[in-house]
Amino acid sequence: MFYRESGQFKSSYKEDMQAFPIREDKIGIAVWLLLAYLYVPFFGLPGLEYGFALNAIMIPVLIFTITTIGLNILVGYTGQISLGTAAFMGVGAYSCYKLTSYFPDVNIIILIFSSGFFAAAVGALFGLPSLRIKGFYLVVATLAAQFFLEWCFIRIGWLYNFNPSGAIEVPQREAFGFIVTGAAAEPVTRYLVVLTILIFLTIIAGNLVRGRIGRSWMMIRDMDIAAELIGVRPLTTKLSAFAVSSYYCGVSGALMVFMWLGAAEVESFDVNHSFLYLFMVILGGLGSITGSYMGAAFIWTFPLVLKEIGKVFEINPTVMENVSLVAIGVMIVFILIKEPHGLARLWQLGKQKLRIWPFPH
Amino acid sequence: MGSFIYSVLGDPFVQMLQMPDFLMQVVWEGFVSGILYALIALGFVLIFKASGIFNFAQGIMVVFSGLTLVGLHELGVPAFLALFITLGVMYVLAFSVERLVLRNLVNQPDIILFMATIGLTNILIGLGQWIFGGETKSMITEQLWLPTGSSVWEPGGGLVIFQHIDIAAAVIAALLIICLALFFSKTKVGRALRAVADDHQASLSVGISLNHIWVITWFAAGIVALVAGIMWGARSDVSFSLQIIALKALPVLVLGGFTSVPGAIVGGLIIGIGEKLFEIYWGPLFGSGIEGWFAYVIALIFLLFRPQGLFGEKIIERV
Repeated sequence: MFYRESGQFKSSYKEDMQAFPIREDKIGIAVWLLLAYLYVPFFGLPGLEYGFALNAIMIPVLIFTITTIGLNILVGYTGQISLGTAAFMGVGAYSCYKLTSYFPDVNIIILIFSSGFFAAAVGALFGLPSLRIKGFYLVVATLAAQFFLEWCFIRIGWLYNFNPSGAIEVPQREAFGFIVTGAAAEPVTRYLVVLTILIFLTIIAGNLVRGRIGRSWMMIRDMDIAAELIGVRPLTTKLSAFAVSSYYCGVSGALMVFMWLGAAEVESFDVNHSFLYLFMVILGGLGSITGSYMGAAFIWTFPLVLKEIGKVFEINPTVMENVSLVAIGVMIVFILIKEPHGLARLWQLGKQKLRIWPFPH
Repeated sequence: MGSFIYSVLGDPFVQMLQMPDFLMQVVWEGFVSGILYALIALGFVLIFKASGIFNFAQGIMVVFSGLTLVGLHELGVPAFLALFITLGVMYVLAFSVERLVLRNLVNQPDIILFMATIGLTNILIGLGQWIFGGETKSMITEQLWLPTGSSVWEPGGGLVIFQHIDIAAAVIAALLIICLALFFSKTKVGRALRAVADDHQASLSVGISLNHIWVITWFAAGIVALVAGIMWGARSDVSFSLQIIALKALPVLVLGGFTSVPGAIVGGLIIGIGEKLFEIYWGPLFGSGIEGWFAYVIALIFLLFRPQGLFGEKIIERV
């Protein structure tokens, strides 16, 4: 009734292949954007305290969405499983930190974007083994990246300017006349910066996976030998997937430290976080950008919701933490059994149902 | 530059020759931790051979079994009864994993199964912390009649200390491996297991129940995990950080080959001894703490040259 494509005719290939071919989808996106830009900055989230809504929910979810999109490019679109995500985020964060100390006057946004390139280079380097191995062997290779980089973050003092605490602390920086990083930055400013970067990166990722590169990634995922036969080069395709994925992870790592945490140690980039991001990808949906949003939002907010429920029923918070661990594990297994394409697929099914509603036959 | 080359290629060896007793101590320590890596890797290999599943949860199974044992004992259950109950718990775990997870995921791509075991890891971590608490516990070594003291051996004026628990760990691991080998080669179930490992469809056609076999392999892996948990717990403590260390079984597998039991053992020993030697003699050059990644980097280099591992059966697919 509200969502159907009858009467919307496409008369050219270009129209048919556009990102949102259905009018209702365009309206839906516009509504989401309006809410994100006009409602949240002024009112936060309904029913939640304003600062909490921005600092504890919106900003981390948006940042993790960037990570999830990046990891999804690698795992979901190219089929190369990686457990080094957190370390690649760390590369982004530490290189952004170094860049701010070398170029204190440059716009911080530019530095955040350029720190992604360092992560991309490191990611491509550790992606090299993927040319000879795949599957579980690649897991070992990415774990090597994870543990090696973690060690670098601890042992190489130059990376954190020989700070005795071993942490990187975010200095105050301005962009376009606003303070965007450091303790003095308003949550709203940080939220808007992160949101804009996320939307920008989403547009790029969406077009990448629709275009030639993305199609060759998917070919490599579905059948590498056939892909090679029809002229997709595994070398460039796999390495570009690693590089783009790590770029996204690097940018999100830099954002995580600069826009959210304010200071970070190596614990923020340990292997457990890598698992967390993989869960976001699996639960949201392998090979789906919409799914990346859902997965990140779900995995991040679910423990918070459980914590609140625990408070209502006066259950010990550590118990609730463990309950959420178990529940997320159960959900991962359940999703893999019932719907291997995750929440994104459920969303799609829902839209499908809506299209033929109220006469499903 | 010259001094750097000397400190890489010369100095460590001079140190080794000057203090042979210390070298022996290092090698012994590495040997024992290598055995424990090998035990964890063995659990991986058992499951991988029987079902082609890369069981990421093996590391947490080690922690979980150790925690169950200690936790039960804390509740006042006698040590050996607790051991039996833990075995029962591992059986229930194997059974429910087969019934609830594996059976529903038959014919899915390997990577999906792998991710399901990551989910399983999360469940076990949560359950373990929920039931037994997240704090570090010490293993009930004496109650299980495991030796605790240490002996000193003085070869030519040197000094090498052998912890009795380490010797016991080596002996028990050897016994366990012999038992497993006998079980695989002499019993009917063992032959069925090997048949399944060889060819799923052919073994189905001669009347072997795959589901049944999977329960048995997961139970066997659970027993191996319990032994590894006891031994590791006795050497250090039972804590959840063990799970990260247990991930080192992965490079061990890459070195030894995913389907080879002797490979797991040899790989474990190489990694164990190699990383201790490297940490002690070359570590100061890099700043210490290289134990954390040394094994992985070795495995990475190994993968580039011999992807099937030392004893792997077939060359894995190259792309």
